[in-house]
Amino acid sequence: MGALVETLRYVISYRGTEGHWAWLLHRLSGLGIALFLSMHIISIFSVGLGPRVYNFLHEVLYVSAPAKVLEVFLIFGVLFHAANGMRIIVIDFFPGLGKYQRTIVRIELLVVILVFIPAAIITLQGVL
Amino acid sequence: MRVKMRIRRFNPEKDSKPWWGEYEVEVEPTDRVLDALHQVKWYQDGTLTLRRSCAHGICGSDAMVINGRNALACKVLMRDVGKVCVVEPLRGLPLIKDLVVDMEPFFAKYRAVMPWLVNDEIPDHGERLQSPEARERYDDTTKCILCAACTTSCPSFWANEHYIGPAAIVQAHRFIFDDRDRAAVERLRILNDRDGVWRCRTVFNCVQACPREIDVTKAIGEVKLAILEAL
Repeated sequence: MGALVETLRYVISYRGTEGHWAWLLHRLSGLGIALFLSMHIISIFSVGLGPRVYNFLHEVLYVSAPAKVLEVFLIFGVLFHAANGMRIIVIDFFPGLGKYQRTIVRIELLVVILVFIPAAIITLQGVL
Repeated sequence: MRVKMRIRRFNPEKDSKPWWGEYEVEVEPTDRVLDALHQVKWYQDGTLTLRRSCAHGICGSDAMVINGRNALACKVLMRDVGKVCVVEPLRGLPLIKDLVVDMEPFFAKYRAVMPWLVNDEIPDHGERLQSPEARERYDDTTKCILCAACTTSCPSFWANEHYIGPAAIVQAHRFIFDDRDRAAVERLRILNDRDGVWRCRTVFNCVQACPREIDVTKAIGEVKLAILEAL
């Protein structure tokens, strides 16, 4: 536990550049997506508890305002994780592109935000 | 200019955990962080412990964390650090005292990649000749001075002390792509280990930290591709 805390302190306090923060966001979004998948599997399993529980989860809880806000975070997480993963794969196969990595991260973030904004508006339409 | 030096201190004989020491120094903007540390050690607190040898960016002994980023103290100018200069020992290696860490785990990984030329064939002439193009292939990775700034800036290394680290991969790259060497496959096997080259997460901290401006991540990427092709 002490080693984990020390590592987290290093990660947060290190003054890295775009690659460092993209890596951190990649990890956080990965954890968020894993958490969502666990919730998703559990809620599908709830069908075994009868229609009342299942319908409550899917027709009341998941369409509530807090759930929609979480969904917006999920959209950003999935978009960023996918785009950043693609960036890493491309650089792995073309290591020479590494010298442009700071620009590539900025372009990647711009593309993610451009896709994210309309997706977030559509998702929040019902609750705004 | 007057600068406050915030230095991470630790004396294993007295302290149970590290603490921050603060010292005011008067420096020229063109002085290096090393000069400021010397001022503290020579005129304020002689117990401050740090490593340095050549003091000109060649020996690589004074790598440390300066304002949150790995660098050589003898290469960072005071005009670039601002009014407060925070200095810490390298991360991820056992702390011995103040700014001195135990480099042995780092050198053990260096030795693990066989950083020497392996070739039992007898050359046609007195020496092994190499074309300028073949020499150029690995030129970048010959610049490494083993300061450990890259390895200790790597989040994969912070999280897993067994990870071989960027410096050892750079050293392996220097011989893997040397056309006079005959042990490339053996080195690639060593780096194909679970704590080898695949632990690199393409974070690029190593590239930023390298005082010799080696394109470390490119070297690691080339080793990854060489493993895919050779093994």
